[in-house]
Amino acid sequence: MIRVSDLSVNYGAIRALRNVSFEATPGKITAVLGANGAGKTTLLRAISGLVTPQTGTILLGEQSLARVATENIARMGVAHVPEGRGVIEELTVEENLRLGALASKVNISEGIEAQYAQFPVLGDRRRKYCGTLSGGERQMLAMARALIARPKVLLLDEPSLGLAPQVTAELMKTILSACESENLTVILVEQNAKSALRISHDAVVLHLGAVVASGSAAEVAADEDLRRYYLGLVEE
Amino acid sequence: MSSFLTSSFMSNIFGGLAQGVIYSLVALSLVIIWQSTHVLNFAQGAMAMFATYVGMTQIDRGLSYWWCVILSVVVGMAFGGITERVLIRPLYGKPEINPIVVMVGFLGVIEAVTTAIWTSTSRNIAAPFSQIYFKAGGKLVLLSPFIIFQIILAVVIMMLVAALFRFTRLGLQLRASALAPEVARLLGVRVNRMLTIGWMLSAGVGSIAAVILASGSFGLFPTNMDGVFVAGFIAAAVGGLDSPVGAIAGGLIIGLTEQFVLAYWSPSVAPLGGMIVLVAVLMIRPHGIFTRSVSRRV
Repeated sequence: MIRVSDLSVNYGAIRALRNVSFEATPGKITAVLGANGAGKTTLLRAISGLVTPQTGTILLGEQSLARVATENIARMGVAHVPEGRGVIEELTVEENLRLGALASKVNISEGIEAQYAQFPVLGDRRRKYCGTLSGGERQMLAMARALIARPKVLLLDEPSLGLAPQVTAELMKTILSACESENLTVILVEQNAKSALRISHDAVVLHLGAVVASGSAAEVAADEDLRRYYLGLVEE
Repeated sequence: MSSFLTSSFMSNIFGGLAQGVIYSLVALSLVIIWQSTHVLNFAQGAMAMFATYVGMTQIDRGLSYWWCVILSVVVGMAFGGITERVLIRPLYGKPEINPIVVMVGFLGVIEAVTTAIWTSTSRNIAAPFSQIYFKAGGKLVLLSPFIIFQIILAVVIMMLVAALFRFTRLGLQLRASALAPEVARLLGVRVNRMLTIGWMLSAGVGSIAAVILASGSFGLFPTNMDGVFVAGFIAAAVGGLDSPVGAIAGGLIIGLTEQFVLAYWSPSVAPLGGMIVLVAVLMIRPHGIFTRSVSRRV
C-alpha cells in the first residue's frame, strides 16, 4: 500500500505538485489522470525518490520513503516503469530482464523463464537488442522487467503512449491480471483516461498539480464535469 | 618462412603490435571511465605511473616481480576508486569541463609528488623475461620473450575485461549504469557504487599498461606515461570513446602507424603518424570508427 499525504514538489518557481494526498491499496489499480503538465509524472518520480518533495510524506506500508535512495526504494519492492518505458536499447531482451531481477531475491533464470511463459514474444526475441523491438514489444518487456522482481507496488507512467488501440487493450488486460494475481498495488498514470478507467478500481484526477477529484473509478467515470473539464472524455 | 619473419615488414608489425597493445590498454582504461562517468581522465597515465612506483619499488625490499605487479594493480585500483569518491563525485551534474580541469591539475600534482618521493631519475625494472631479440637464420627478428609476454598479458587483460562486462552480473550493472543511470537506479542498481567500481577497473587496466612500459627498455620515471597517454587518448578517439573494441583497435592502429612512420621516415616524426590517422578518421567519422553513428536519444 502507498499512502501519499500533503505532498508538494517544486521545480524552482514552478509548483509541480500541491498538497497531494491519496492512497493506493493492494490488489487494486489506482488511476492517476489529468492533462499534460498536471503533475502525474512528478508524482511517480517523487514516490521513487527521483525528485525530493518540499513537504509531505510518502509511506510504503508503514515505512516512510523520505530520504531513501531510489535504488533502495526499488529494492523495497517498488517497481517503476518510467515514461518512454526505460528499456535499455543497447542491451538484449534477456539482459534487460536479468537486470530487473538482479536486485531482488528471485532466482534469475526461473524468473526469466516465467516471464517468457507470460510473454512468449519476448522469449522469441531473447537475444535481440532492444533497439530492434516495436513499441508494443518494448512495453511488454518493460512490464516483464518490472514484474520479474515480484514487486509489491507497480508504478506505470503512460504505458499506452504510442500504442495501437488493440495493443493498448491487451496491455490493460495484462496490467489487471498482474494486479489481481500478485495482489499488487498499481498506480497507473495515464492521459488515455478511457482505457485506464476501464480497468482501474480507484482514480485520482490531478489538475495543475492539485487533486481535483478522487474516488472509485466508477464514480469518476460517471462525473460529467470531470469528464468534460479534466479528462476530455466528452465529445462536443 | 623464416625469411618472411625476419623481413623488415614483419619486424615492424611486431614492434607496432608491442607498442600498440600498451596504447590499447590506456585507451581501454579511458573508455571505461568515459562510458560510465563521461569524464576524460587526463591524470589516467600519471595515476598508473604512481601506482607502478608504489608497487614495483617493492622489488627493492625483496618482493618478487609478480607480487609487485599484483601490488601495482591493487594500488592503482584503490587510487582510482578514491579519486572518484573524493575528487570526481562532488562534480557530477556540474559543467563537464570541471572534472577535466581538476584531472589536468591532478596530473601535475601526482608527477610532482612522485618526483619528490622517488626523484626523477629513471629506474629499470627487471622483468623475468629476456629482452634480447630472437634470431632466425642468422637475422634478427624484432621479437623478444619480453615482447611476447607484453602482448600476451595485454590480450589476456583485454579478454578478462571484455568477459567481465559481457558475462557477469557486475558487468551488466556497470553497462546499465553507464547507458541509462536513472533506469538502472529504478531497477535497484547501486549506480554510485558502479561508478566507483568503473574507476577502479579503469585504473587497474591503466596500471597494467604502466607496469609493462616500466618493465621494458623505457624504464620508470615520473613522466614516463605522458607520451603513452597522448597516444592512448588518440587511439580512444580514433576507435570511438564509446567503444571498448574501438579502443583496442585504435591502440593497434596507432602503434602500427607510429612504427611504420618511424621505420620508413624518421623516429622524430613517429607521433605525427598517429596525429595524421586521428585527423583523417575524425574527418570521415567524427565519433570514431567503432562508435555507432546513430546518436542516442536523450
